Amino acid sequence: MNNDIAEPLPPSAVPPGAADKGPLREMVIRPRSGWIAVDWRELWEARELLYFLVLRDVKVRYKQTVLGVAWAVLQPFFTMLVFTVIFGRFAKIPSDGLPYAVFVFAGLLPWTFFSNNISQASMSLMNQQSLLTKIYLPRVFVPAASVGSGLIDLLVSFVVFAGLMLFYGVGVGPGVLVIPLLVLLTTAASLGVGLGLAALIVTYRDFRYVVPFLVQSWMYLSPVIYPVSMVPPQWQPLLALNPMAGIIDGFRSALFGLPWNYTTLSVSSFSSIILLICGLYYFRRTERKFADVA
Amino acid sequence: MTKPAIKAEGISKLYRLEHGGAGSKTFRDLLTDMATAPLRRFRQIRGSDVSMEDFWAVQDVSFEIQPGEVIGIIGRNGAGKSTLLKILSRIVEPTRGQVTLRGRVASLLEVGTGFHPELTGRENIYLNGSILGMKKREIDTQFDEIVAFAEIERFLDTPVKRYSSGMYVRLAFAVAAHLQPEILIVDEVLAVGDADFQKKCLGKMREVSKGDGRTVIFVSHNMGAVTTLCNRALLLERGQLVAEGPSSEVVDRYLVPVAEGVTGAFDLRNTTARADNFPKIVVAARVMDESRRLTLTASPFQKIRIELDLVPPFPMRTPMVDIGFNNARGERIFLVSSNLSPTPLGSANGISTTSVTFEMPPLYPGRYEFDIGIMPVSGRYIDHITPGGTIEVLHDNYLQTSYPYFVEMGAVLVPSRWESAPAVEVVERETARII
Repeated sequence: MNNDIAEPLPPSAVPPGAADKGPLREMVIRPRSGWIAVDWRELWEARELLYFLVLRDVKVRYKQTVLGVAWAVLQPFFTMLVFTVIFGRFAKIPSDGLPYAVFVFAGLLPWTFFSNNISQASMSLMNQQSLLTKIYLPRVFVPAASVGSGLIDLLVSFVVFAGLMLFYGVGVGPGVLVIPLLVLLTTAASLGVGLGLAALIVTYRDFRYVVPFLVQSWMYLSPVIYPVSMVPPQWQPLLALNPMAGIIDGFRSALFGLPWNYTTLSVSSFSSIILLICGLYYFRRTERKFADVA
Repeated sequence: MTKPAIKAEGISKLYRLEHGGAGSKTFRDLLTDMATAPLRRFRQIRGSDVSMEDFWAVQDVSFEIQPGEVIGIIGRNGAGKSTLLKILSRIVEPTRGQVTLRGRVASLLEVGTGFHPELTGRENIYLNGSILGMKKREIDTQFDEIVAFAEIERFLDTPVKRYSSGMYVRLAFAVAAHLQPEILIVDEVLAVGDADFQKKCLGKMREVSKGDGRTVIFVSHNMGAVTTLCNRALLLERGQLVAEGPSSEVVDRYLVPVAEGVTGAFDLRNTTARADNFPKIVVAARVMDESRRLTLTASPFQKIRIELDLVPPFPMRTPMVDIGFNNARGERIFLVSSNLSPTPLGSANGISTTSVTFEMPPLYPGRYEFDIGIMPVSGRYIDHITPGGTIEVLHDNYLQTSYPYFVEMGAVLVPSRWESAPAVEVVERETARII
């Protein structure tokens, strides 16, 4: 009935030299070993799948909850409250001259996004084994979907943050325009770590116990509750190897119009991209064994 | 000149089995085991441990499938069917060999892969569809058809966790049935769902293959479905391809166990199927065809002879012998009895052979067990063996239908001829009769 509508492959799906072989795409399945390149064309063609997986994660998270999306507001808000009391009031950690609540929230925005992405993405494959053993799909999308749905939460957190800024009467500089770029870097870094851990956990289940510990330690190595300026200058480039150092610092510079620390930012950007590449390729390398070990 | 849709060349899949392990014998062993366990586990998972056994789930399988063919893959459990399907669907990688697929592939190894219980029917149609490889546009255009096929119109916006299992399966299959790949790979998914829906699914699959020349690979234990749906079949045994050809031939080959020693003769001297307190009167049973060759199979309407060797401990003047046939569910389907024949059996004392000849009724294809009972005169068995033997009723499509057979159709499938005449003729005929 509708057969005529769906059949022709989109022109982009046919490789340039394929015309003489007929319209059907040929695919060869054979044992592979070593490093396997990322099949970007496949990912592009299946992009709608990523969209539906993200949609599923977002919808499922707030189904059958009383407060619904309010959770995305409450979680960072209460974390901010606790941190402000403990670290701002009691420990009196400096905050670059800003109200500590605003200061710590600006750090929590990218950090919560990053850490949730890692936790969700790393467990995604193990929790959805039927997607590995019962069907073939671009498996990179499964952890990637967790990161995608994290973006929605980040968006909600930004709204809360705007309210907080208004409350404290803190203005925003033109630096906010850099925020999308910083979010992109966070996405890259967390996707890299998430992919790598997801692949590890499918094979070696022990690593799932490592994730919470890793995330917690990582937070103290990132300037969430303290400013980068508290770290001795000679250690700052080393700190910047942690992508979140430069990103969180960049967030604060962008939001509050503080001076930019270009060294930290560029080192962190570089390490974000390295993390993404490493995670992606480790994932690709182990992917062909997923269905055997899952 | 068409190229094959699927060309498999020497594909093999190796799995490593963890050995049972000797276990810890002493507390000291236990301690050392515990200490070295993580390292050993690591080696095992990596596959570099020597205490692993190699197991070829699929071994050196080659075949070609032309576009538009419907191929059945049959074999016992563990024969490698599922592994083969997983290789063809790109889920697992072969250890050796290669497969060339021409066209878009969709596989359906499980009903409702990726369904999320919290999401509504509508949401799951899109999610599952895209997981199976459909584009949103394709799902949009077929959405109404999918919903109608699944018969879930009223529950479209209900979370699927509230669906009955039947609705769940219907929805899942409906999505998959509307995939439009060039190559469709289907595992035993038809084993679920009610009979009506199974028929609908099989109908849909036939439509898929005939209508658009799509290639379908189909694994099933329903030999009826394989014979009627598939033009060719592959038979796997212990990971190897042992037969390939027209589906009815391959199915027959599968149903006839070629194991040595199993011939159709049943030694009943020490069978455990006899209750302990019975004397051993029936000591052997033999199933034979018309030319008195032992057989394990029978076609409907074939003449079958069963011989029983009797060793009665006392003379029986008019013994009665019953042989009752039960289907796989243990239901009695029919009985041949010396009581139900024109002439009673003569007396039996000492060793004798009693035989019965009958025409095999047109039973639903499958395996039947027969019980043997002996009565001296009165209505109590003095020897009763349940079961005394088995016979496989072959599926040779004696109904000559293109429709699959279902258990629900009944225990006996009666050949019939149908015709219809235009109403005018009927009127004329009836009128003629009245005049």
